[in-house]
Amino acid sequence: MATPLARLALLQPRTLEEALRQLRDEGPLVPLAGGTDLYVGFHFGTVSGRRFLDLQGLETLRGIERRGDTLVIGALTTYTDLIRSPLVSRRLPILAEAARTVGSPQIQNRGTLGGNVANASPAGDTLPVLAVAEAIVVLRSAAGERRVPFGSFYTGYRRTVARPDELVVAVEVPRVEGRQWFRKVGTRAAQAISKVVMAAVRAPRPRIALGSVAPTVVRAPRTEALLAIGGPLAEAQAVLLDEIRPIDDLRSTAAYRRRVSANLLAQFWAETSRIPPAR
Amino acid sequence: MRFVLNGKRRDVDAAPLRRLLDVLREDCGLTGTKEGCGEGECGACTVLVDGAPVNSCLVPFAHVRGRTVTTIEGLRSRLPEALVREGGTQCGICTPGVLMAAAALGRRPSAARVREALAGNLCRCTGYAGIVRALAGARAVPRPRVRHAGPPVRDRRPSSRRSARRGEARPVEE
Repeated sequence: MATPLARLALLQPRTLEEALRQLRDEGPLVPLAGGTDLYVGFHFGTVSGRRFLDLQGLETLRGIERRGDTLVIGALTTYTDLIRSPLVSRRLPILAEAARTVGSPQIQNRGTLGGNVANASPAGDTLPVLAVAEAIVVLRSAAGERRVPFGSFYTGYRRTVARPDELVVAVEVPRVEGRQWFRKVGTRAAQAISKVVMAAVRAPRPRIALGSVAPTVVRAPRTEALLAIGGPLAEAQAVLLDEIRPIDDLRSTAAYRRRVSANLLAQFWAETSRIPPAR
Repeated sequence: MRFVLNGKRRDVDAAPLRRLLDVLREDCGLTGTKEGCGEGECGACTVLVDGAPVNSCLVPFAHVRGRTVTTIEGLRSRLPEALVREGGTQCGICTPGVLMAAAALGRRPSAARVREALAGNLCRCTGYAGIVRALAGARAVPRPRVRHAGPPVRDRRPSSRRSARRGEARPVEE
């Protein structure tokens, strides 16, 4: 353990209001939810914060509900909650599918959707799903609430528009029309960070998003537009490769990621071209 | 800070961000829970919090306030015998974590469910086949017909006890 954990401070607010006040008045504070990312950072000594804000007591931030046509998912909802939710399975099954590919059951029991969003890793497994669902990230501070479209939430590698006094409190998912598709490519089925992860929706205007191929999760708007007008798949693959910016890192190479991205596009297109089963 | 550990109420004074793993081993003296990787990859440190398996190397001690923690020391189960019988344990470092991850499975799980539940538990000795055989029960995974060398393992028990829910792990209720 590279970090002297006994010397770190933890604030434990009981309500969201108290948490937001502490963020404003006693910062800088690092929010702590499931800890599955933070404690890996502690292990390697890469966490620079010394004071932390425990969100665990804010039970109101955990849970999934339907508000009109919108699915509202609290930030503290765990991957296990997503997997078990009938609402998610019905409305956004690829979110449950993505949650199932996160780490292991032990991680799924602790890690949260809000953590995946706020951490801003380009490899976050649920992020391509939220991108194609055109979700809204709900940010709250002592000064009020902001609702940010997912497409403008990330500003760069591990950077978001959230200010230090703001918390991700929920993700809102509008109804998604069309056939949903998800695939994560990693070294093995469990306990693997993705080499490439892709979510897509087959609709008159298809939606495609990829992770681990750029500094942030990315949509592929030009590929989508081409497919929408009936452009040939080979051309769409070429456009897709122009829309992503993969790199070589310890998990994979840029060349492999480009090839797999093109193949995933073809797989998505083939698998969703069949007539959907009657409901 | 108060919590329930293996069925008993405990009040332990430890820094809130210390790892549950360290508090269990160092402050509570329960060294059955092992540290493997320290980063949530290997599952050796798996314990149950409110009945759900978690990696205790990634859990701040503060998060078990008022909750129920079950470690390998509190597991009441016939699964350890099954692991021995089926060759599902060798060096033993992964075994407590394997058992705790399996403890959350229901009665007579399929081999597929066992594999999924153990996806986060690494074992470098057994090749997993013996583990899955033991946890899924001989019915779900037929045992290969080979003679096992090594010391004899006493697995003859009164048939009434043996038939009672073999393969099911039951954490202690408080």
